[in-house]
Amino acid sequence: MEQKPMRLVFGEILCELAEEFPEMVVLDADVSNSTQTKRFEEKFKDRFFNFGIAEANMVSAAAGMATCGLIPVVSTFAFLIVLRAGDPVRSLIAYNSLNVKLAGGYAGLSDFADGASHQSVTDLAIMRAMPNMTVLVPSDIDTTRGAVRAMLKHRGPVYLRLSREPVGSYHGGDESFEIGKAKILKDGKDVTLAVSGTLLPQVLEAAEELEKAGIRPAVLEFPTLKPFDSETLIYYAQKTGAIVTVEEHTILGGFGGAVSESLSEICPVPVKRIGINDCFGESATSYSELLNKYFLTKGYICQAAIGLIKRKK
Amino acid sequence: MFPIEEIKRAAQEARITVINMIYKAGSGHIGGSLSCAEIITVLYECFLNVKPEEPLWPERDRFILSKGHAAPMLYAILSRKGFFEQSQLDTLRKLNSNLQGHPCMFKLPGIDMSTGSLGMGVSVGVGMALAAKLTKRNFRVFVLCGDGELQEGQNWEAFMSAAKWKLDNLIVIIDKNGVQLDGKVEEVMPLGDLEAKLKAFGIYVLNCDGHNVEALINSIQEAINYKGPAAVIANTVKGKGVSFMEGQSLWHGKPINKEEYEQAIMELSKCF
Repeated sequence: MEQKPMRLVFGEILCELAEEFPEMVVLDADVSNSTQTKRFEEKFKDRFFNFGIAEANMVSAAAGMATCGLIPVVSTFAFLIVLRAGDPVRSLIAYNSLNVKLAGGYAGLSDFADGASHQSVTDLAIMRAMPNMTVLVPSDIDTTRGAVRAMLKHRGPVYLRLSREPVGSYHGGDESFEIGKAKILKDGKDVTLAVSGTLLPQVLEAAEELEKAGIRPAVLEFPTLKPFDSETLIYYAQKTGAIVTVEEHTILGGFGGAVSESLSEICPVPVKRIGINDCFGESATSYSELLNKYFLTKGYICQAAIGLIKRKK
Repeated sequence: MFPIEEIKRAAQEARITVINMIYKAGSGHIGGSLSCAEIITVLYECFLNVKPEEPLWPERDRFILSKGHAAPMLYAILSRKGFFEQSQLDTLRKLNSNLQGHPCMFKLPGIDMSTGSLGMGVSVGVGMALAAKLTKRNFRVFVLCGDGELQEGQNWEAFMSAAKWKLDNLIVIIDKNGVQLDGKVEEVMPLGDLEAKLKAFGIYVLNCDGHNVEALINSIQEAINYKGPAAVIANTVKGKGVSFMEGQSLWHGKPINKEEYEQAIMELSKCF
């Protein structure tokens, strides 16, 4: 399968959409080589603004631009957009529901070598809590391209979570992306594996393993974390009676949180949240080392699913 | 443009309106509202190209009240200009009102950016000024900051970027009243040589008496004429016009009782 760093997919699709969205401008904070917005700068110099290492200023300026009819795509590392610029994100962009797109790169553990300071395992919990904010979490090449196009068409603030890791294409090149809709990747009846983001391949592999063991899991993908597709979730909660959530984020307040909140009100079934267990990451020599360390693996997902099915009975 | 005497009178009337609003609301920031009466009046009477009947006119000049707690003064002047009915002034800080404790752009016509959390106004102004350039529009962007507010480091990020992009359509006015919530700016966190700092960041700096209408007009005009980002340091008095409030940090955000209210109105009315 073709593999491409998600940041590269992001940089490329921005360039492709530049003509379709002439109001789009791209802002970055001295990491345009890392986030790959450099590609946009090379082709559309007038529409690119490098704010230097000053994220709060960049996000606030984007708010000003949006009031003048531009569509700013603000790009830097996820933790900087969400936390360093958290006040302008809240006070200017979310509160006024401005048409600014916040692209948080290097999210999750994907900046494996730089360690905890550069990793982002709390961004979804924070962005989900912001009124007016739409939160998109693509998993692969197809959903990344679809998400960028969808966020530019959508009017209002959007947080787009991006990884630096290579991703494949798990949707057969289908870039359709409807904000607020889950994707049903596999129908099943014994347990639901629900995933948001780049751990999708681990979940698909786990589903295959489970099938070999005679278990029929449903696989749901939630490329939109907010607005949340509770309808699809609850349908599968009723059908399968147990849900495993998988995300590259703290299990507190992110995807697992969203699933648990939705279910507990309408259809409480056993849930196992797989994610970062309320801790920070660390440096490693490869991304996969970190996924192993934090139990974000096929084997652990299978084990969790089997455990849940037992609880169900 | 009104004659100078008319502008002076309008500013003083706005002060009385502010005291009335805050008295009725039971809370609000009097000191920092009174200090910027002449600044905001001069901006709206002499410089801002706006259409109260079409508040979202794309070519309009933008005004950002970065020191959002001075909202009552802005409301007083916007209603006077006809952006909304004067009767709404009585609803300040009340439930379901368009006049929020701090300016809200999606509730009240004439507000170009919601503010309140300090230190972001200059950045927003940078974004608007860049947008004007990119879309080839001729509007100007005026930002009013407090001096205490400049303690927020983001301002300096914003000044750096204004200089980088040579934003000659951005004019920052600093209401330098020298007092913040916890005391004198010089004691809470000194700004040092503000003029030298701004200059070092690439900003053209003018100084004037922020209660002198003629001086304000001249300085703001010079800032507009300058081919680059410019700031006017307007020296003012917090609580200006009410003897027991002047220069007192206590009056940054204290509610006003009946006796104080009557005294304040009397003192402000005496000037006519």
